[in-house]
Amino acid sequence: MDSMSMQLQFLTPELVDRILDEAFQLLLEPGVQVQSPQAQALLASAGAQVDQASSVTRIPEAIVRHALATVPHDFDLYDQTGEPAVHYGGSQVHFDPGSSGVNMLDPETLEHYPAQTADLVRLIQVAESLPQYAAQSTAVVCNEVPKAIGDLYRLYLALLYSTKPVVTGAFAIPTTDTMFEMLALYAGGREALAQKPRAIFDICPTPPLIWSDFGASGLIALAQARVPAQIVSMPLAGAAGPVTLLGSVVQHAAETLSGITIHQLAGPGSPIVWGGAPAIFDMRHGTTPMGAIETALIDATYAQVGKSLGLPTHAYLGASDAKIVDAQAGLESGLTALIGAQAGINMISGAGMLDFLACQSAEKLVIDAEGIAMAQRLLAGIQVQTATLATELFTGIDFKADFLKQKITRQLFRKEQYLPSAVIERGSLREWQANGAQDAFARARIRVQELISSYQRPAVDPALERELQKMVASLAKSAGMAQLPPLDL
Amino acid sequence: MTQAILDGDPELAESLARQALESGLDPLEAINQGFVPGLDEVGAQFSTGEMFLPDLVLAAEAMKAAIAVLEPAMTQQGRTRQILGTVVIGTIEGDIHDIGKTLVATMLAASGFAVHDLGVNVPIKTFIETAQRVNADLIGASALLTTTMVKQRDLVDALEAAGLRSKIKVMVGGAPVTAEWVTEIGADGFSRDAIGAVQLAKTLVAKA
Repeated sequence: MDSMSMQLQFLTPELVDRILDEAFQLLLEPGVQVQSPQAQALLASAGAQVDQASSVTRIPEAIVRHALATVPHDFDLYDQTGEPAVHYGGSQVHFDPGSSGVNMLDPETLEHYPAQTADLVRLIQVAESLPQYAAQSTAVVCNEVPKAIGDLYRLYLALLYSTKPVVTGAFAIPTTDTMFEMLALYAGGREALAQKPRAIFDICPTPPLIWSDFGASGLIALAQARVPAQIVSMPLAGAAGPVTLLGSVVQHAAETLSGITIHQLAGPGSPIVWGGAPAIFDMRHGTTPMGAIETALIDATYAQVGKSLGLPTHAYLGASDAKIVDAQAGLESGLTALIGAQAGINMISGAGMLDFLACQSAEKLVIDAEGIAMAQRLLAGIQVQTATLATELFTGIDFKADFLKQKITRQLFRKEQYLPSAVIERGSLREWQANGAQDAFARARIRVQELISSYQRPAVDPALERELQKMVASLAKSAGMAQLPPLDL
Repeated sequence: MTQAILDGDPELAESLARQALESGLDPLEAINQGFVPGLDEVGAQFSTGEMFLPDLVLAAEAMKAAIAVLEPAMTQQGRTRQILGTVVIGTIEGDIHDIGKTLVATMLAASGFAVHDLGVNVPIKTFIETAQRVNADLIGASALLTTTMVKQRDLVDALEAAGLRSKIKVMVGGAPVTAEWVTEIGADGFSRDAIGAVQLAKTLVAKA
């Protein structure tokens, strides 16, 4: 192709080297607090210095470099039919809805209410219907379900209602293993799951420079199962991280490098992603704005560092801190999604999210999909579609505005233009008035209804589904829930 | 002295406190007339949006630095600075969010409370045992998650069960906390920010 592609980069190669150099220095002084005995043992046997009393672990650069040498630079996530659907690596850009919200925006009352099963199903159905989302996420916590099975229950719903790969996670180790079993059931065994993973698991260090017992154990479990892991490091610039954006990028690198080291020591060659959800710290409210431009700057910058190491990347962008789906939500989500796309980040999570990732909205998900489509169109860039750029197209035009009549117009307009849904208003004023003078949110409400009413649940071997349901029902019972919430299957 | 607090300069505040002692100034007067007006002004400017959290925290650090010099001198003279009240504070069990709680603890300490900060992931038992040991007037319990916020109710209930509820006020904080929640669990109050938390603490101990 003749078109130029432009990747957004904020760092000179020298600055990338300085970031990595200081990250390696941090891994020695002050070191990283590794609170998992198993991870400590792995690091110690590789030559790291572990102080048992404080859990402070000093990791020499050579050990990290050795780990980096075994990390795959590419891997795929597969859909339900076993086809590759998400490619981590290179400059491929994908989007998925933000994960683990606790609330849902009521499209009528605009209240944020605790999310339940019906809400997650709705979000999955909407994301399933929109090609802009390459993957599902386990988007909201279902509050009526016992906490002990909350994580696996969310994956269960994603498996029942979607064919797409799933970005997920767990808050306890035994749950992670159960989730591997659920995925293996659909994949045809644990080995088949490792060969064609359907899901990727988020794993978070605790800022600054801490791997909790749970976080480090999660890395080990994923590495051993060879199920993809996504490190989600989240320095908060000015609070749980240095105030400078670069300082926080160094911290991100140190946390992520130490995580990759633990992971590769436990399972060399297992797939892992250089990801994160950092934010600046709001100096008035003490909050963590995900829609801030500086948050996006940190993301694009750490992604460049990860790419310099040849690693697949992830970031949390395309979310807003607005409380309703208003102009702030639109501009923050659109701007940051565009920055992530231009930075070539492989998986960008966050769509649908409001209020510092606490609240999901199906209506925002359909509006965000339009912004994402525009970002994707921008990435596709300018392409040479015809033998001459224009001269041939002027044959027979004779100074008349008749290009609409040309066959080539009909042939190429779908390639040249992204054709938005009715969420984006491009009609005449009269037409808009005749349609009820609706704003974007009102149009999004209608679109959600339409998507849900035309949604069809994927066809899966009923025996498999019954087995999955039996498995989850029995886990629910042992967690004190006699009956799983009813589903409209 | 006031300016050292406004500038958030702990080193300057400390050296001014030493100078005050060397020149024979009354330490209590240095605190109340010199440093406290600075902190009040910072609080006022934070409320009006002219100052931000780093200004607040550094002002509190400067205040602590000055008091660390002046308080021992007062003790030597057999006097004590009037403590507004004793507070036990922490982020509740299951929750490791530190920032908001620490900010409130810092501001309370700077404002004249004796503060026992128990850190994060604090079991209810530890709250209660510490409160008994230090004879606390007030417990502050923070929770950033809706899932851990429910423990604030357990804390109030446990204080009740231990027969301490009439003696010890409870203030709760954290993003999901609302006035309705405070009423529902029978706590004594909440605040959206650290300045408000200091005001609330002052009101609560005055009532006691």
